[in-house]
Order: sequence, then C-alpha cells, then structure tokens
Amino acid sequence: MIINFILNGEEVNYDAYPGETLFELLRRYHHYEVKGNNCKSGECGACTILVDDKPIPSCTYLVGKVIGKKVITIKGIGDIDNPDLIQKSFVEEGAIQCGYCIPGIIISVENLIRKNPNPTKEEIKETLSSHICRCTGYVQQIEAVEKVVQKIKEGK
Amino acid sequence: MSKVLKKEELIKEFNVVGKNVEKYDGLPLATGQPLFTDDIYLPNMLHAKLLTSPHPHAEIVDIDDSEALKIPGVKIVLSYKNVPRIAHTTAGQGYPEPSPYDHFMFDKKVRYVGDRVLAVGGDSIEIVEEAISKINVTYKELPYVLDPEEAMKGEVIIHDEEDINGLYDKNKNIISHVDIPIGDVENGLKESFYKVEEEIYFTQPVQHTPIETHVTITYFDEYGNLIVRTSTQVPFHVRRILSKILEFPMKKIRVVKPRVGGGFGVKQELLIEDICSLMTIRTKKPVRMELTRKEEFISSRLRHPSKIWIKLGADKEGKLTTIDMRVLLNNGGYGTHGPTVLFNSGSKTLPLYNKAKNVRFIGDAVYTNLPVSGAFRGYGATNGYFALESAMDDLAEKIGIDPIDLRKINHIREGETSPIFEKLGEGKEGITQYVESCALSKCIEVGKNEIEWEKWRGKRIKNNNFVRGVGMAIMMQGSGIPLVDMASARVKLNDDGTFHLFIGATDIGTGADTILAQILAEEIGVPYEDIKVYSSDTDHTPFDTGAYASSTTYVSGGAVQKAGKIIKRKIIEYASKLLNENPENLIIKDREIVNFNTGEKISLREIGEKSFYDFDQEQIEASASFVSPKSPPPFAAHFVLIDLDIETGKIIPVKYVAINDIGVVIHPNLSKGQAIGSIVQGLGFALTEELIYSKRGMALNPNFLDYKLLTSLDIPEIVVKFIETYDPTGPFGAKSVAEININGPAPAIRNAVLDAVGVKLNHLPFTPEKVFKKIKESGVI
Repeated sequence: MIINFILNGEEVNYDAYPGETLFELLRRYHHYEVKGNNCKSGECGACTILVDDKPIPSCTYLVGKVIGKKVITIKGIGDIDNPDLIQKSFVEEGAIQCGYCIPGIIISVENLIRKNPNPTKEEIKETLSSHICRCTGYVQQIEAVEKVVQKIKEGK
Repeated sequence: MSKVLKKEELIKEFNVVGKNVEKYDGLPLATGQPLFTDDIYLPNMLHAKLLTSPHPHAEIVDIDDSEALKIPGVKIVLSYKNVPRIAHTTAGQGYPEPSPYDHFMFDKKVRYVGDRVLAVGGDSIEIVEEAISKINVTYKELPYVLDPEEAMKGEVIIHDEEDINGLYDKNKNIISHVDIPIGDVENGLKESFYKVEEEIYFTQPVQHTPIETHVTITYFDEYGNLIVRTSTQVPFHVRRILSKILEFPMKKIRVVKPRVGGGFGVKQELLIEDICSLMTIRTKKPVRMELTRKEEFISSRLRHPSKIWIKLGADKEGKLTTIDMRVLLNNGGYGTHGPTVLFNSGSKTLPLYNKAKNVRFIGDAVYTNLPVSGAFRGYGATNGYFALESAMDDLAEKIGIDPIDLRKINHIREGETSPIFEKLGEGKEGITQYVESCALSKCIEVGKNEIEWEKWRGKRIKNNNFVRGVGMAIMMQGSGIPLVDMASARVKLNDDGTFHLFIGATDIGTGADTILAQILAEEIGVPYEDIKVYSSDTDHTPFDTGAYASSTTYVSGGAVQKAGKIIKRKIIEYASKLLNENPENLIIKDREIVNFNTGEKISLREIGEKSFYDFDQEQIEASASFVSPKSPPPFAAHFVLIDLDIETGKIIPVKYVAINDIGVVIHPNLSKGQAIGSIVQGLGFALTEELIYSKRGMALNPNFLDYKLLTSLDIPEIVVKFIETYDPTGPFGAKSVAEININGPAPAIRNAVLDAVGVKLNHLPFTPEKVFKKIKESGVI
C-alpha cells in the first residue's frame, strides 16, 4: 500500500506493508538516523520522532496513521555541517557517550523548547524521562538543555 | 613526595591534554549518521534468530525442523546436529583465556531458561519467527539447581561433558576456587580489640542493558573474506575465537567494529557472531542478527549474583589487623569470566586496607541453572565493596569513631603496597606493585566538606515521615591487566601535515577515540584537529586486547604516546637532514619544526610533501606497542545524603558526591561523564534493579517496564570532582576512570541508612518493601 506523508519537509510516497510500524518503514527506506526498536514497545525512547509536532516512539506507531502527516526525524533538526543549538550543546557538554539514544532525546528536547522556550529544570527532567540513557546518568544532558535555554534567552 | 608538584609543573605544558576538545564522534552521533552496526542494508540479507530453552536443565532428545524448512524463505537451521563441536569460552579475554572451555556453539544439553537450542536463518524476521514456531524440539528434562550452595553438593551435575576443560571441580559444579591466606586470620580475630562478627551480604542479578542490544551483520567481500560487522568490545578476541570454533582461517576473517551503542562488559563476549558467521559461510549470503530486549536480558550476560561473608578485626587504635572474606558467585549455566570476576572481588578491594596483617580470601564461582553471569563494569569489585565498605561502617560503630576517621587510619597510601597484588591476579597469581600515585586522603577531605558531613552525620533530622542520613565509602580499581593487556598504535604523516592514527582500541561510547587522539596530538605537538582516527578493524588496525578492565586510556594510551614519540623523532630527524641542522636544536611547535637557535622554521605540511615527492622519499610513520607491569589503581571517595521515608521504606538519594583520583585528567567532560554514568548505574544497582526468576529459573521481568532502570527523574544532585595526581607509568600521568565509580553507591547508601535509622541492609537492591520490613523488624517504627 502506497502511503504519502511529509518527511523532514519533503513529500514521500512509500510502499508500506500491512501491520508495519513507522520505525520499520523508515528503516526499510534507509532512514538509519532513527535508532532503536529492540524493545518494540516504546519503553526505551531511542526511536522517538515528531509526528505532527508530537514526539512519539516510532516502534509502536502503525504506518496507517501517518498518512498525510508531518514527520520529523533528527535529520530534520540539523546535520553535521549545520547542526542546531541543541545538537551542538549536547556535544559541548559531554552529554553524548555511545550516542545511540541521542537522536531520540534531541527530538524530545527540540519539541520541549519549541513549545516552551524557558523550561524549568523539572520540566527538562520530565522530558528526558521518556528516554533511557544507560551511559551518561543524564546530568550532562540536563546541563546541555539548560545551556540551550540560556543561549535562547540571550538571543544567540 | 613531590609527585603532585611534578604534575603541576608538567601540566602547564599541556596544550591538548586536559582540554574539553570536541568528542571525535560527537556531531556525527548528534545528527543521527548511520554509524552503528545495524545502520546498513545489504541485498539478499538473511535474518537470524535463536530458539532458546524453556527448561532450566534438559537434554535435547531430538529436533524436528522438517516443517520449518518447507516454509518458503527459510534458508538454514543450525543446531548441535550440524555444527562443529569445539569447546571454547565465550569470554573475550587474552589468550589462553582464564575462563573454562565449557561452551559449544550448540550443545545437546540446555543449562538454563534462555540457553541456545538452535538458530534459524531466512529471508525476513517474520519468516524466521514462523519457522521457529514450526520446529519441534523434544526435551528430556533433568533435575535442576538454582542455588550455588545447593549446586556445590553435586547432586545435580550441570557440566558432565567429557570434552570440556579448565574448571576446578566438575562433580561439585565449581568453576574456580581460591583460598589465599596471609598471616593468621583465626588468631588475628581472636587477638583483635574490636571485631565485626560474620555478616553476610547478598548481591542480585542485574543486566547491563546497553540501549543497542547485541547486533551482528556478516557477509563475504569480493575476495571471499568473511566480514564480521559487530557491536563488540573485543574485535580481536572475536576474530580469534571465531577462527577456532568455525575452523575457518583467521586470515580470511575481518572483524569491524562500527560505533557501539553501549557495552559495560556484556559485549566482552562472543554471543551471536558465531551464528551469523556460520550461516554466511554455509549460505554465502549476508546474515543479520539482533537480540531483542528480552533476549538481551535472558540470553546474554548479567552481573554475578553473589553471597559474601565478611569478618573484620582491629586493634585498640582502630587499625585493621584482620580481614576475612569469603565470596560465592553464581555463574549460571556457563563459566565465562568466573575465575577472573571471583579473583577481582578480592584483588580490587582488599589492597585498599593494606595495613591488615591477616587477610584471608576464600572464593568459589559455581554453576547453576540460571542465566549466565559475565563481565560487568566493576567486575567483582562492585560485589566485594558492598560487603567490605559496609563492614567498615559496622566496625566504626563498634569502635565508636567516625567512619571517615576509620578509613583515614587504614587506607593505602602512595609508596605503599599490599601482599594481595602478588597473591591475586586474573584467575591466577598476580604481580607485586607499589602505588605510585594516591590522593585518597584528599578525596575524602574534599568530599566530606562538599556533602557537609558534620551537619548531617548522626543527627537523624526528621521532616515529616523522612529521616535524613549520610553515608560514605571509599574504593579503588585498576588500569588494565598488568603484563596481559597489550595495545598497539600506528601513526603516519600525510602530505598536508596532518596525521592518521590507527588503533586496535575499541571505543564503545567512552570517548576512547577522542582521548587517544588527544594523547597523540599532545605528544607530537600539533592541534587535536590534525589527528584522524581509525580504530577497531582487525584487518586495518594493529592489535589491542579491547575495551575492558579500565585499560584503554592507560594501556592503549601508552601505545599511542610511544608511537607519537617515535614519529616525532623521525620528523625531527628528517627535518634535520633537510635543514642540515643538529636534531637537538629542533622542536615541533604550532604545526612547524622550529630551530630554536636560529628561529628558522619549516612546516609539517612541507615535511609531508617533501617526504612523499621530493627529498629522501619515504612514508614517515611509526608504530608501537605497550604492555605494563603495573595496573595503577584510581581511587575515589563517595558520599551520599539520603531521605528515608520510614512510612514506605523508600530511599531517596538527595545528593551524591564522588571525588576521584584518576591521575591526570585527559578530557574533563568525558571523565565526568564516565563517573556520573557509573554512579547512576550504581544507584540503580543499589535501589531498583533486579532480574527476578520463577522457581524454574525463568526471568519474570525481562523488559524496561518491569526491570526498573533509573530515569532522569530519579537521580539526585551529583557532584563529581577530580583531585589530579601524576602517575609516572601512565600516558601524561593518566590512570583510569571507566569502572571505579560503580562501586560506591551500594555501600554508601547502605551506610547512610545505618546513619539514619540504625538498620543494616545487607541484601541488594534496597527496594521499599525490603527496607520497610527491615525497619519494622528493628522496631524503629
């Protein structure tokens, strides 16, 4: 079944299998920027993407629901030559170790800051709590988000 | 001693070491590049999956796969019927491995719920899953044993094969046994003024849970070489073991490690590479296999559940005279890492209190019909410190002194040694060594102030149903395995004046590529940005034992520094010929070779160009290997402030302080990350994490909803500080930071509860129901 949606600003027509999840579809079309899927139940948060400006774990989202919607993966946030503030801040603050959970986390942080450019520490923690990062212990990730918030405040 | 001063003199000269340079793979990771094993697609790739045992102990009478093989798209079934039978260990360790050879690719017997029975390869994971559901395995169930003390009675024999070797006592299920007496423990205890009578400590099975589970893709290249692309900590060990058990020439195997999504020890193990490889050899097709989260929990590896008995004795002044420690490790169905984790639970803990004249360490690693324990960050030390550092607080209580003072009287210091270094090594005798850097006293002092010890200790301040307590623990680890771990590095100069660094070292997210590039840049005298790193490819990079035992900064860093020294000398020799100048007058500075007498300069770019095309043509390059007779211990002092809810038994960590001596800090941000990551894993180990089994040894909670990992909402304020020392044997004075900090949370929290309510928690994890029961029994509420 051909399904049509907007992926990182471009219209795509992908051939979906019945019962396929959005994660499986994206990976099958070589969107390897979406990581994860070994829990297949939305527990780890690594495969998080934005669907119509809402962060969702793509491993539990069936493709039928995505028709006509706007999907953003980490590639829609920034790339190596042109990273956004959050990506840069995560690198600078030591918030990345193995990096496997990072695209999903940055997606959730991006969503938080778009909706609330001045979040409290508790709100940042709450956003990160839908992700499991086994490497960092979260502290430097919280600091990285706080730095971004600071920079936005200073209009940088 | 003046070593700290020496460090301060030296550190002024550092341009790259000690700086927060950009993590080598930072932006590629933050932008979601296809860096991981699974981030490729190969045409005609097969998907592989395991069928695992539903029984804790059974003989496989027969496997009927005839219906499965009829399904279109099913290509191959591997089982004991059609694979080579070669005894080996899955542990990725230096050769010959200290672990017993008790594992076969597929065996006719299964030894735990989750053990390998067979594997199926087919065109898609759905086809393979359907095939697995059509396979009929006939088992003959055998009596099973889950408790190691029961197992040691030998009523159930878990490994009765004729063709295995390297274990201590087959008939009693004992993999490894150790009994090291130093002095006279019985007499020591008798004569002690203060005594801590025997207490027993229990640690639980926990899983590493890397967010990337084990994943491997294998295929043949255009020359018929088997390419093994895999998420491993030990590419060279994987190559060696694969060649042996598949009877396939090592020359034709190339193991490539892309970025790895976390390891923590569980990827120091050959778990699925053999299955993919054999399927590729037999079908000539690419094969992919990825463990599901559930499989990662039950069919990979865990931290050894353990039971530890400990007694302490001290003289009138509080000086330890006697430590008597017995460790029993539950290794599960296979003996991987058993001897070494067992020895490390003593060798990495007991030297901390080197004043004790009488020390006994008795231990056994034992088979049971539970999932398999292996390497996990801390590697036995984490288990040992829970008992030792808890007992130290009990001793302080007996003596009536502050636990901090007790530790100050007794801990090891710079210039000192411990007989344990010599008696306990890696499953065998160790090597005598003297501690050449130790700032533990200062770590304790700084941490004591940071946590405001005097303000909280013994005060039992109440706030509604919460009681505040403060606790601490001190610890050490090692830096690599002395005279076993070897690393090597190769460096070449390019015609733009930059360098390529080739290392066997295996970055599994720790930042190894970054800090090794820093070490090279510092040694040569060029900016970090001028180094390009290629790592962990058994065809293209030189040998390295791998990412384990807190070895990479120290051992691989040692090799990189040596290679850097050699290429620097070669560049200066080349420049001296070119400039017709005495090499002693030349130095490398700011990408130039400078004659400091005349001020004459030539750039590295010119040297690179001329060496390729113009003058005395050669590739300027260097390679070096490093193996150390030492394993300098890093040290740490941990402090934790808790609120204990006496109505529910819930422990809330409020503030955690970890002061570290890791030698010279190569990269402050990455080092801090290693420390905090370890602490949070350690807090999970202390408070919430536990794999729970049914009476038949079946894991009941192998998923992230029921196995409770800490999230960002569960962590306290965490303060990490480094007291820098200079270890003369490490690269630019560095030691290690990867493991040590996981050892502190369990005993520190246990001791904080003791401070808050006077209750001794000796059974991990400290879940609310357990704590509540304990405090109720003790009459506190």
